[in-house]
Amino acid sequence: MTATDTQFETVIGLEVHVELHTASKIFCSCATSFGAPPNTNTCPVCLGHPGVLPVLNRQAVEYAMKAAMALNCTIATESKFDRKNYFYPDSPDAYQTSQYDKPIGQNGWIDIEVDGVTKRIGITRLHLEEDAGKLTHVDGGYASLVDLNRAGTPLIEIVSEPDLRSPEEARVYLEKLRAIMLYCDVSDVKMEEGSMRCDANVSLRPFGQEKFGTRAELKNMNSFRGVQRGLEYEEFRQADILRSGGEVEQETRRWDDAQGKTLTMRGKEDAHDYRYFPDPDLVSLFIDEEWKARVKASIPELPDARKARYASEYGLPAYDADVITASMKLANFFEESLQYTQDAKAVSNWIMGDLLGYLNANNLEIQDVKVTGRGLGEMIGLIEKGTISSKIAKTVFKEMIESGKDPQKIVEEQGLLQISDEGAIKAVVEQVVENSPQSVADFKAGKEKAIGFLVGQVMKETKGKANPGLVNKLIVECLNSK
Amino acid sequence: MSLFDLNLLEIQAKLQGKELKVTDLVDQSFARIQDVEPKVRAFLTLDEENARAAAEQLDKQLASGGAASPIFGLPIGIKDNMVTEGLTTTCASKFLSNYNPIYDATVVSKLKAAHTVTIGKLNMDEFAMGGSNENSAFHPSYNPWNTEYVPGGSSGGSAAAVAAGEVYFALGSDTGGSIRQPAAYCGIVGLKPTYGLVSRYGLVAFASSLDQIGPLTKNVEDSAYLLQAIAGHDPKDSTSAQVDIPDYLKALTGDVKGLRIGVPKEYMGKGVDPAVKDKVLEALKVLESLGATWEEVTLPHSEYAVAAYYLLASSEASSNLARFDGIRYGVRSDNARNLLDVYNMSRSEGFGPEVKRRIMLGTYALSSGYYDAYYLKAQQVRTLIKQDFDQVFEKYDIIIGPTAPTPAFKIGEQSGDPLTMYLNDILTIPVSLAGIPAISVPCGFVGGLPVGLQMIGKALDEATLLRVAHAFEQHTDHHKQRPQL
Repeated sequence: MTATDTQFETVIGLEVHVELHTASKIFCSCATSFGAPPNTNTCPVCLGHPGVLPVLNRQAVEYAMKAAMALNCTIATESKFDRKNYFYPDSPDAYQTSQYDKPIGQNGWIDIEVDGVTKRIGITRLHLEEDAGKLTHVDGGYASLVDLNRAGTPLIEIVSEPDLRSPEEARVYLEKLRAIMLYCDVSDVKMEEGSMRCDANVSLRPFGQEKFGTRAELKNMNSFRGVQRGLEYEEFRQADILRSGGEVEQETRRWDDAQGKTLTMRGKEDAHDYRYFPDPDLVSLFIDEEWKARVKASIPELPDARKARYASEYGLPAYDADVITASMKLANFFEESLQYTQDAKAVSNWIMGDLLGYLNANNLEIQDVKVTGRGLGEMIGLIEKGTISSKIAKTVFKEMIESGKDPQKIVEEQGLLQISDEGAIKAVVEQVVENSPQSVADFKAGKEKAIGFLVGQVMKETKGKANPGLVNKLIVECLNSK
Repeated sequence: MSLFDLNLLEIQAKLQGKELKVTDLVDQSFARIQDVEPKVRAFLTLDEENARAAAEQLDKQLASGGAASPIFGLPIGIKDNMVTEGLTTTCASKFLSNYNPIYDATVVSKLKAAHTVTIGKLNMDEFAMGGSNENSAFHPSYNPWNTEYVPGGSSGGSAAAVAAGEVYFALGSDTGGSIRQPAAYCGIVGLKPTYGLVSRYGLVAFASSLDQIGPLTKNVEDSAYLLQAIAGHDPKDSTSAQVDIPDYLKALTGDVKGLRIGVPKEYMGKGVDPAVKDKVLEALKVLESLGATWEEVTLPHSEYAVAAYYLLASSEASSNLARFDGIRYGVRSDNARNLLDVYNMSRSEGFGPEVKRRIMLGTYALSSGYYDAYYLKAQQVRTLIKQDFDQVFEKYDIIIGPTAPTPAFKIGEQSGDPLTMYLNDILTIPVSLAGIPAISVPCGFVGGLPVGLQMIGKALDEATLLRVAHAFEQHTDHHKQRPQL
């Protein structure tokens, strides 16, 4: 067998940074809010002035513990912070306070599902650290502007085992991580805004070989799609090198989304020696069982558990359960609806169709609109009772999304009640049949389709409010009586 | 006679009795500075205008209701590695020659609350690295007892200013002996408290796990008063001890009957000047006469202390001083053309040779492949040294020896030989590594230069240290000697 026709297996491990949405920074009391004017959320501590000292934010520790527990990690009893030394203007102390050998969480896992197959992905560790500031390079390269608002924002870094075997698995893993973080309510996890960032280690090896190939570290993938595309490109690039008998170099590469390819950033020889050592300004962090228990109790039911419950309790198809549990707010919406109607599948259809359609089209999230789960449940109840038609319900639901009004009120205000009064409909039917001699002729000639046209006309006359079943029945009766 | 020869209670009584004003005390400082500063050069920055304004303000306060603090109105000097908002703080480094802090160190806030008057910022070895004050980037300070000799370091300016009577007392910082050794060389009292007793917030870090602020005073009583004002938990310092602070003045009973003293043989042997050793033995006799007993003890790992210290302190310093990058404050090289230049040139031009030496040493010790052999091994030695002290303190109340192996040396005598210079700290460094408190008190003169007696106490037992030091002082008059300038 020659190198040319070797089939390769892709091996991927991800390092994911998640910004914790604590009110203040990890080592000082500055606000963490996004979008403030440059260098306004700063103080001597996060500006790295001489003489300052860090004081650990307890909330950040609890968020990290919560996230680690949700990822099935073992929580350290004694944890500590270390300095990662490097010079860069976005790092005011010229070191990042991070965790080296005693992270908050270790040895966790999450399950992902790709093509209907569930796979367990190991989490090596989860540690707490501080974010750096932001540099803006001025056009022409004569200067760079430093904004230290973000410096000191708490981050968790989640390192996976090299268990992922395809770019798609990597994307699904990342989406799963995002969902779990949202459920735990520890971060906004928006890749586009940088509150979730992903680096990947990717290598190829011939199928059946145990030893890993030489890996490249991939950076700058700023969306879920970017991660998948970046990894797919890298998979292709490395396979190409290996097939032509070359060797993959160990290096750090940058994904360029516009060019659709990865580019060399720095080679192995330029790798930093970070000279980690325990931060002497901070003391060891001891986490007792009582604290662990308290944090554990604050974790809500996570997506996998909910998914299983939706299947067993409501008989919801796996696909529906997947979509709905991807966001806790959506799942909560779903469950709220079910307090007002029994028809879980109907609720799911409305959520996946009209609701998500509207949100996606307008680039919104469920919390951005006013409609409630109760509203949807009640609206489905109106359909079940025959108060409104499904067709009218679409209009009602859109109005609910936009105004947050309850369905009964919308129906009343806009006069959308379904007409089920046989006499009233019959009058319209007769009028329509009267005005459509061609359709009557067609029907007599055996063209059943003519009924459809007539139903349409009746609905048009009644502005869609006529009970469609009744309309159908009355038209057939009317035609037969001709 | 100087007003500063009055003791603290006398001064407070005179202030209350309207016989004395704070402005008189501040006048005393600046008059003395005018006279002797050209010979001593203890200050880097004088804050005369603000000091005089503060004095007038305090006099008004005194007139309208009194002095709330036992150290009210006393002129103080602050070592130039404690940040003072709006008052230049240089750490005796060119790098920070233009640095105006945007906040006050916790100790500075505490002094303000206690209504002392800051006279100025005191000279030191650059970033507190050194034991002679010759490493100041601006100028050396001189020993008031003989201006051809060093005042010690790194708090050399603090010790010299107090000994020369330029301020009533001063704050210094001690990482490996930087309060005790200059106090010994200048014939005054220097206390290094237990690590964590005094907040480090606003003390420009040299070695975070060792740095500790403490008082330099003319006598033990003043030391107790000043310590009382600055000790205590600070929520801004995670390494600050959460303990109740005792009344240190109440500890000064004069009673040392039954006190068990351990005298380490390692502190009285090779490398220690026999004349210094004699002064220590004389001091022990004084304490014996007061009812104390002493025996020889051993601190077997002392010989490894200096090596461990230079690895650990330099490792921490290499990281602590990395923030001096020329980006946000301090000096940026005019010649820099790109980012790497900004770092390389600003730091090359801004730091002196001893600072560079220690940054390189520390960087090396933390490097991948060397960490275990150097940093980690040194941490293990540190643990052993701590255990040495613990064992002695199982049977003894206090440990006594010399503060430094010799009296002050001549300016320039050791500056070409860093290793010899490092050995001056051989008797103070183990204490720093153990994090325990120690005080240096004057115990005589050799060749016209003062000798310091080091008393070492259990962690957080400053009260015993002060009690013994005070009792010793009550029965000797070394601390009453004043240099002729």
